[in-house]
Amino acid sequence: MPKRKALMQRYAQLLIPLLSLLAVIVINLIVNPAFFTLALRVNNAGNSVFAGNIISILDNGSELAILAIGMTLVTAATGGQDISVGANIAIAGGVVLRVLCGNEAAPASLHAPIIVAFLACCAVAMLFGAFNGMLVSVFKIQPMIATLILYTAGRSIGYWVGGGQIAKISDPFFSYFGGFIPGVPIPTPIIITIACIAAIVLALRFTTLRLYTQSVGINEKSARLNGLNPLWIKFLTFLIIGVCVAISGFIKVSRMSTVNYSSIAQDIEMDAILAVAIGGNALGGGKFSIGGSILGAYTIQALMVTLYSMPGVTSESIRFYKALVIILLVSISSPVVKNGVSKIRMLRKKDIAREVV
Amino acid sequence: MPKLRFGKGGQPLTDSNLLLVITVSIFAAMYIISMIAFGGGFLNPQQFLNLFNENASLIVLACGLSIVMVTAGIDISVGGVTALVTVCCAVHLQGQGGNVPASLILALAIGVAFGLIQGLLVAYLDVQPFIITLAGMFLARGAATMVEVNPITVTHAGFAALRKIEIRIPGIGYYAKNGNFINSKIELGVIIALIVLIAVFAMFKWTRFGRNLYAIGGNSQSALMLGINIKRTKFFAYLLCGGLAGLGGFIYLLHTGSGAVTQATGTEMKAIAASIIGGFLLSGGVGNILGTLFGVISLVTINNIVVSMGLKGPWWQGITTGAMLCFFIVLQSIIMSRRNGGKAVRPIWMRKSREIGS
Repeated sequence: MPKRKALMQRYAQLLIPLLSLLAVIVINLIVNPAFFTLALRVNNAGNSVFAGNIISILDNGSELAILAIGMTLVTAATGGQDISVGANIAIAGGVVLRVLCGNEAAPASLHAPIIVAFLACCAVAMLFGAFNGMLVSVFKIQPMIATLILYTAGRSIGYWVGGGQIAKISDPFFSYFGGFIPGVPIPTPIIITIACIAAIVLALRFTTLRLYTQSVGINEKSARLNGLNPLWIKFLTFLIIGVCVAISGFIKVSRMSTVNYSSIAQDIEMDAILAVAIGGNALGGGKFSIGGSILGAYTIQALMVTLYSMPGVTSESIRFYKALVIILLVSISSPVVKNGVSKIRMLRKKDIAREVV
Repeated sequence: MPKLRFGKGGQPLTDSNLLLVITVSIFAAMYIISMIAFGGGFLNPQQFLNLFNENASLIVLACGLSIVMVTAGIDISVGGVTALVTVCCAVHLQGQGGNVPASLILALAIGVAFGLIQGLLVAYLDVQPFIITLAGMFLARGAATMVEVNPITVTHAGFAALRKIEIRIPGIGYYAKNGNFINSKIELGVIIALIVLIAVFAMFKWTRFGRNLYAIGGNSQSALMLGINIKRTKFFAYLLCGGLAGLGGFIYLLHTGSGAVTQATGTEMKAIAASIIGGFLLSGGVGNILGTLFGVISLVTINNIVVSMGLKGPWWQGITTGAMLCFFIVLQSIIMSRRNGGKAVRPIWMRKSREIGS
C-alpha cells in the first residue's frame, strides 16, 4: 500500500499533461476518425517514409521537446526561466551557416565537414549558455532578466555571425538531419530527440544531477551547507540548455537549409516554458519531472496540429485558440483549484467514513 | 562600502533612490558625451523632445509594468494589447465611422478586460503571472488578426485633428535652414504620458494602495501579517496595468496613425527592459517610477548614438541595446550586493525590513 501511494504521488504530476494530450487525441478522433492513420509513402527523394499526423506531431515537436529538457533543468535549479533560447538558436544557426558556407551565399560544396559545424555551433551555444549561467550564478541576477540581454541581442548577433547574409546550403547530406536518412522511414529529428531523451534519462538515473539540481532549487542555502556548490550547479544547467539549443538549432537549420534570423524559432522560448508548466513543474524551482515537460511539449505540438486541421483556423488566428487552451489548462492545474478538489475529496471520504460508522 | 547619505537627517539612500540616481546620472553622462562627441542632432532640443514624442506609449506601458513588477509580478501581454487596441480603434474609426471618444473608451475597455482576466487568474487562482500573461499576449495578437489582418491607416477627420495637436514650447527651438526660429514641439501623447507618470508617482508615494504594492513585493508574508489584502492589491495592480496598456495602445495609434497586427512587436520586452534599467527589480519591492522614464529614454538614446557613430549594419542596434542592458543589470547586481555587506543579494524572505520599501 505505501509503495502504491509513493508511485501515485510520483506520477500524479503527469496526470494533467497526460489528460490534456488524451483530450486532444479524443477530440481529433471525434472530428476526424482518419486523423491518426499512418501511411507509408514515397517522398521526393525516392525513400519510402512514414507519413501522417502522428509522425508530423512527433517530427515538428522535436526541437521543442529537446529544449524542454534543458528548460526543465534550468527552471528546477534556478527557479527562473531562460527566455533567450530562441535568440540563441539564431546564433547557433548563424554559426552553422558561417562554418559551412564561409562568405559565399550559396556554395557549391561545403567549406567544412558537417561534424565541425555541429561542434562549432555546440561550442558557441554553450558559450552563450555560460554567459547566461555566469550572470545568474555569480552575479545573482534573476534568470529572466539575465537572459533578457541575449533575448534582445541574440538575433542581431546571429545575423552578424552569419556574415550579414542569408546563405543557403544545398548539400543533400546536410538535409538528412532535418529530414530523412535514406532507408530509414522515420524522420531523423525523432531519432535525435529519442537519443537526447535517453541521454538525459541515463544522466538522471546514474548521476547525482537530479538530486543536486533539486536540492539547489528547493533551498540553495541548505544545499550549500550540505557541501554542494550551488553556483556550479546553476552554471551547469545553463551549459546543458546550451547543448539543447545547439541540437535543436542544428535540426532547425537542416530542415530549412537556411536561417531567417528574425523569425527562426520565434516564440519557442515561450512554448518551452509553457511545456515545463504544462508538465506540472513548479516554475519557482525545486522538484521536476522531465517526462512531464516532454509530454507538455508534444501536447503543445499536437494542439497546434489539431488547431490547424480545424476549419476556420488560419495560421494567424491560431495563437488566439492556443491562448484559450493555455488559460484553461493553467487554471485547471492552478494550486487553488487543486486544493479545492482535494478538499472535496477529503469531505467525501469523511462522509463515507461516517456512513460506515 | 560607506552608506551614501543625502539631505536632511543624513538618512541613508534607499535602494530605489540609489538605483534612480545611477540611472539618471548614466543617462545624463551618455547624453552629454554624445552632445560633445557628435554634436549635430544631439544639440537640437527637438531631437531630445522626439525621444518623448516617439515613445510616449512606451512610457505609459512601462508605467503599467512597473506597477506590476513592484509586486514581484510581470505582464508580458502589454505589447499584444497595444496591437489589438490599434487594430480595434482603427476599424472602429475607419470602417464603422465611429467617433474619437468612443474609440478611447474602446481602447480602455480592451485593456481593462485583459487586466481583469489576468488579475483574477493571477491573484485569486494563484497562477504563474508569466504563463498567464503570455497566454494574454497570444490571445491579443490572435484576436487582432481575427478583427483585421491588413494594416489600416486612419484618416478619420476628428482623429486626424487630434493627431495634429502639438504644443510649441516658447523659447526652446532651433534655427531652420532658411534662418527662421522654430519652436520645439511635443505631441498630445507626451502630455498624456507625463500625466500618467505623475499620477503613478503620486500613487506610489502617497496612497495606501501604492505603499501596499511595495509591501507585498518586498515581503508578502509580513504584508499579510500587517493586514494587507494581498489578493485584492495584486488584482488591482494587474487591472491598472491592463488599463494603462489600453491607454498606451491609443497613444500608439495617435502617434503612428495606423492600426496593424504587427504594431508594437517586442514592446513588452522593451517596457520590461526600461523598468529594469530604471531600477525596478523583478523580485519586487524596489523601484522608483521616475527611473522608468529615464529607462525608456536611455533605451532609445542608445539607438540614436549607434546611428550617429555610423554603424550601418542592421545588427548593431540589437547588439548595443543588449550590451547596455547587460551593463545596467550587472551594475545593479554589483551595487546591491555591495550594499548588503559584500554578500550576495538575499532572497525576499531574508531581507531586513529596512531594505524593503521605496
